[in-house]
Amino acid sequence: MTLPLFFFYVFSAVAIASAAMVVASRNPVHAVMFLILAFFNAAGLFMLAGAEFLALILIVVYVGAVAVLFLFVVMMLDVDFASLRSGMLQYAPIGVVVGIVLLLELLLVAGSFVVSPEAAGSSALPISEGMDNTRALGTVLYTRYVFLFQGAGAVLLVAMIGAIVLTLRHKPNVKRQDAIKQVARRPSETMQVVKVKSGQGL
Amino acid sequence: MNSDVVDFASLAPAYPEMLLAVGTVVLLLIGVFINKERSLLVSYAAVLLLAVVGALILFVPAEGVLFNGVYIADSFARFMKVLVVAGAALTLLLAIPSAEENGTHKFEYSILALLATLGMMALVSANDMMSLYVSLELQSLAFYVMAAIKREDPKATEAGLKYFVLGALSSGMLIYGASLVYGFTGHTNLQEIVVAIASEGRSIGLIFGVVFVLAGVAFKVSAVPFHMWTPDVYEGAPTPVTAFFAAAPKVAAMSMFVRLVMDAFQGITSDWQQIVIFLSIASMVLAAFAAIGQRSIKRLIAYSSIGHVGFALVGLSAGTQVGVEGVAIYMAIYVAMTVGLFACLLSFRTEGGYVETIDELAGAAQGRPFVAAIMAVLMFSLIGMPPLAGFFAKWHAFLAAIDAQLYLLAVIGVLASAVSAFYYLRVVKVMYFDEPVHRFQAVPAELTIIMAVTGFFIVTYFFTVGGPLASLAHTAAGSLF
Repeated sequence: MTLPLFFFYVFSAVAIASAAMVVASRNPVHAVMFLILAFFNAAGLFMLAGAEFLALILIVVYVGAVAVLFLFVVMMLDVDFASLRSGMLQYAPIGVVVGIVLLLELLLVAGSFVVSPEAAGSSALPISEGMDNTRALGTVLYTRYVFLFQGAGAVLLVAMIGAIVLTLRHKPNVKRQDAIKQVARRPSETMQVVKVKSGQGL
Repeated sequence: MNSDVVDFASLAPAYPEMLLAVGTVVLLLIGVFINKERSLLVSYAAVLLLAVVGALILFVPAEGVLFNGVYIADSFARFMKVLVVAGAALTLLLAIPSAEENGTHKFEYSILALLATLGMMALVSANDMMSLYVSLELQSLAFYVMAAIKREDPKATEAGLKYFVLGALSSGMLIYGASLVYGFTGHTNLQEIVVAIASEGRSIGLIFGVVFVLAGVAFKVSAVPFHMWTPDVYEGAPTPVTAFFAAAPKVAAMSMFVRLVMDAFQGITSDWQQIVIFLSIASMVLAAFAAIGQRSIKRLIAYSSIGHVGFALVGLSAGTQVGVEGVAIYMAIYVAMTVGLFACLLSFRTEGGYVETIDELAGAAQGRPFVAAIMAVLMFSLIGMPPLAGFFAKWHAFLAAIDAQLYLLAVIGVLASAVSAFYYLRVVKVMYFDEPVHRFQAVPAELTIIMAVTGFFIVTYFFTVGGPLASLAHTAAGSLF
C-alpha cells in the first residue's frame, strides 16, 4: 500500500466517523468539535487530490470562521438540544427509507453520467504544467478578472458599511476607556493633600 | 494569464470609475474621522466628486473594451453614464436641506450613494454576464441599506426589507437565466454570445435563459408584472432616498436592458421582442389605471415611473437604431422631470412635516406660486403636452414603434397616455383651484436652483437642448449597431 493511499483511508475513515459523531453526540459543543475534525480531514483529502488552495481555504473559512461562529451560537443561545433530539428514534426508520431512496437515485444518475470528451479540452483557462493551483488562481484573479475581483470587493465594502449603519447604536451612558484622557491627567486635578490631625480621622 | 492592462494609460476608458472608487474610499475615511456634527461636508464633497466624474466622462472621451472583454466604454455607455452621474448628483443635492429629518445626514448615506453610483456606472459598461451581475449587486445592495437608512422609522425599515427580499429574488432569477444562457451558448461575454447564437441557432434552453434574464431585468426597471415592490418602497423610504431610487437607477437598468437585447440577443430579436412588447403594454396600461386611485403622492410618482418605463420600452421594442435613440432621449428627459418633481415635493413643507398626500397640496399655488408653477409644468410634461420636453420623449419612442410597424403598440401607448392625464391634472387642479389648508415654509436655495434649472430644461427643450441632445443620442445609439 502506497503512502498516499494509506493517508486517503485514514482521512476518509476519520472524516466519516466524525461526521457520524456530529449527528450522534449528545452535547452540542462536542458536535461542533467533531464538525471541525471532519473539516480538517476533508481538507486532508483535498490536499491528497492536489487542490491545496481549496484545502487551505476550507480550513481558514470553515474552521476559522464558520465553525467558530457555530460554537459561539451553540454556547450563547440557550437551546435545549436534548428535547430537540427526543423524537430521533421515532423518526429514524422513515429517515433511513428516505436516505436509501435518495442513494438509489444518486447511483442511477451517477451511473448514467458521461463526461463529454471535449469538456476537458474546452476549459477557458487551462492551467499550464508545473504550476500549483494557488498560483494559477492568483494569476487569473489579479490579471484577467481584476475588474470582477475589485467589484466583489466593493460589494463586500457595501455590506460592511450597511451592517454598521443599520445596527450600530452609540449608547450615551457607557463608560469607555480613553487612554489619551488617562495619560493627560495631572496630579493637581485628581489629588489633594489633606492634613489630618492625629486621633481625629477624617 | 495575460491581461490587456499593460500600463496605467491603457486603463483610460475606466478612469471615471477608478476616480469614483478612490474618491469614495477617501470620503469614507474623512467621514469616519471628522466630527459627526459636520458630516454634511461629506455630502457636499460627494456631489462635487460626482460633478468631477461627470466632467471626466464628458470632456475626456476614451473608448474601448477593457479587462479582457468584461468592460466596455462606447458612446452609448458614455451618454448613459453622464445621465446616471447627473441624476445621482442632483438627487444627493436634493437630500441636503432636509438631511436631519430624513436620516440622510449620516455620512454613510453619501458613501452608499456613491458606491451605488459606481455600481450603476459599471452596470452601464458591463459587457459580460459576470460583470453585469457583480455591478447589479453592488448597486442593489447599497439601495437596500439606503431605503432603511432612517432605521427608527418602521415604514422605512419595512421598505428596506421588502426591497431586499424582492431584489434578492430578482437577482436569483437573473443569474439563473445567465447560467442557462452560459450553458447553452458556452460564453458569458455578450459579443461571444452573439457569435454563438449566430452559429448554433436558437435552442429552447437559450430562450428559457433569455426569459429569466429579462424577468430579472424587468424587476430592476420595475416593469409590469414585476413592479410590485415599487409603490411600497417609494412610499416607505424617506422622500430624498425615493428621489435617488427614481432617477439614476432607472437609467442604469434601462441601459443594461438595451445592451443585453441589442448586443447579446440580437440574433433572436423576434423572441425578446414579444417579451418587451408585453412588458411595455402592461406597464403603460396598469400604471395609467392604478395611479388613478392613489392618494399618496409618492405612490402616484411610483406608478407614474412604472408607466414611463413602459413608454421607454415602446422605443426599445422596435429593436432598431431609431428605437435605441428614443430610449436614450426618453431616459434623459425622464431624469430631468423626476429630479424636478422631487425638488418640488421637498419644497412643500408644512408645519407638520413634508407633504405626503395629494390633498395636502390644496391651494399651494397661493402660498408658493413659483413651486406650484414648476410642478404644474412638470405635470403637463409628464402627460406629454407639446411643446414641453415630455412630449418629445414620447414622440421619439412612438416614432420608432411606427417605423417598425408596431401600430397597435403605438395606439395603446397614446391611449394610456391620455388616461394618465387624469391623475396628473388632478394634482394641478388641487394646487390651483382648491382652498388652501396649510401654510408652507420657505424653500431652501438648493431646491430653488434645481427647480429653476429643470423648469428651464423642460419648457425650452425644443429651442435649446433638444437638438444637441438628439444628435448625442444618435451617436450613442449608433455605437450599438
